[in-house]
Amino acid sequence: MCLAIPSKIVRIENMTAVVDVFGARREISLLLLPEAAEKGDYVLVHAGFAIQKVDREAAEESHKFIKELLASGALDEGEEG
Amino acid sequence: MKRLIDEIARLRTAIGRPVKLMEVCGTHTVAIFRQGIRGLIPPDVRLISGPGCPVCVTAIEDIDAAIQLSQAAGVRLLTFGDMMRVPGGKLSLMEARAGGASVDVIYSPMDALQMAKNNAGSQVVFFATGFETTSPLIAATLEEAERAGVENFFIYSAHKLVPPALSALLDSPEVLVDGFILPGHVSAIIGKRPYEFLAGKYRKPGVITGFTAEDILEGIYMILKQIAAGRPSIEIQYRQAVKEEGNPRAVSLIEKFFQPEDAHWRGIGTIPGSGLRLREGYARFNAKRHFSLARSNALEPMACSCGEILRGIKTPTECALFGKACKPERPVGACMVSTEGSCAAYYKYGGLNG
Repeated sequence: MCLAIPSKIVRIENMTAVVDVFGARREISLLLLPEAAEKGDYVLVHAGFAIQKVDREAAEESHKFIKELLASGALDEGEEG
Repeated sequence: MKRLIDEIARLRTAIGRPVKLMEVCGTHTVAIFRQGIRGLIPPDVRLISGPGCPVCVTAIEDIDAAIQLSQAAGVRLLTFGDMMRVPGGKLSLMEARAGGASVDVIYSPMDALQMAKNNAGSQVVFFATGFETTSPLIAATLEEAERAGVENFFIYSAHKLVPPALSALLDSPEVLVDGFILPGHVSAIIGKRPYEFLAGKYRKPGVITGFTAEDILEGIYMILKQIAAGRPSIEIQYRQAVKEEGNPRAVSLIEKFFQPEDAHWRGIGTIPGSGLRLREGYARFNAKRHFSLARSNALEPMACSCGEILRGIKTPTECALFGKACKPERPVGACMVSTEGSCAAYYKYGGLNG
């Protein structure tokens, strides 16, 4: 339940961003982010909120792993909260 | 990675006795299985699972209260999906929905608020579960509800706090742990400071750890290094996501809306100061105040060992029900419901190397 997924920001409008996560676009809130973010930044996304910025390299590394976990059905995300 | 594996074996020899480490977080439990971490480290560096799955520790009376809300006229109950199959006293939310109750799964708490805005004639209640990773999201949603003047939005808070649970574990004489693999995403919010008591008062090392195999091995290495040196402290391995101070904006939002209260953890019991209730000033959002709820007196299933498993006293395979009366398709206890529950992880991965 505490899984947060590194996602790339593709668009920002006020405090809402559109992120790309595993090729899917999703609208998220930036209200909790402690620092300013811009297009191209990576953020950790948990249940529709960016909770922290992460660097690209770290994002890509954990991406691989989380994608595998989700694909295996070992973890729930998205509809499963 | 080879270097880390060698270093872990070397440190274990230097320590000269078996070591028991607890991974607090359910995502770590899954990540450890999936990546075969146990096979890479000496067998007497034992990894045991802790209470870190919010789905598993949500009390039966909270599930029953959520069900009651969902059955009330004019109320729509919204929840994170992983709560749907958790057994309450009689029913799960999923079974209640099949019987006609109004329960919907949402991805973000903001979706729940949106539903309240779109359905002014209904009273929309969000079943607010989760640790510190999740509670700031609810706080941000309440702030938005306040700003927008939404009057038909409520939350039922079953939020839990991780550090008081660790303190309660260490106070229990049956729980013997030499160090903690601390959660990554809870810590992205709260940072390092709330764990300092582990090293100070209890002399136990703790390392905030990421989720890849390399992260976890490095976390274990850092803990063993502290044990070998006899100098416990709290360190951050997961630097990419966790800052010393965590996310101050998120923490201040939790504090704005919530205050700690004693909370009942399924299988574990009441832990002082381990839950979050809405502050008086925000009582208008509080479903526990707004609706009159009959208190459920359902008891936890007798033979279920969830409580001992959540405290690291038993492994799932030591439970009489595991894999027999209790399976993921028909769970008896909550540890089997959540994909991040210890029992579900052991079941999925064949209970290997427990």
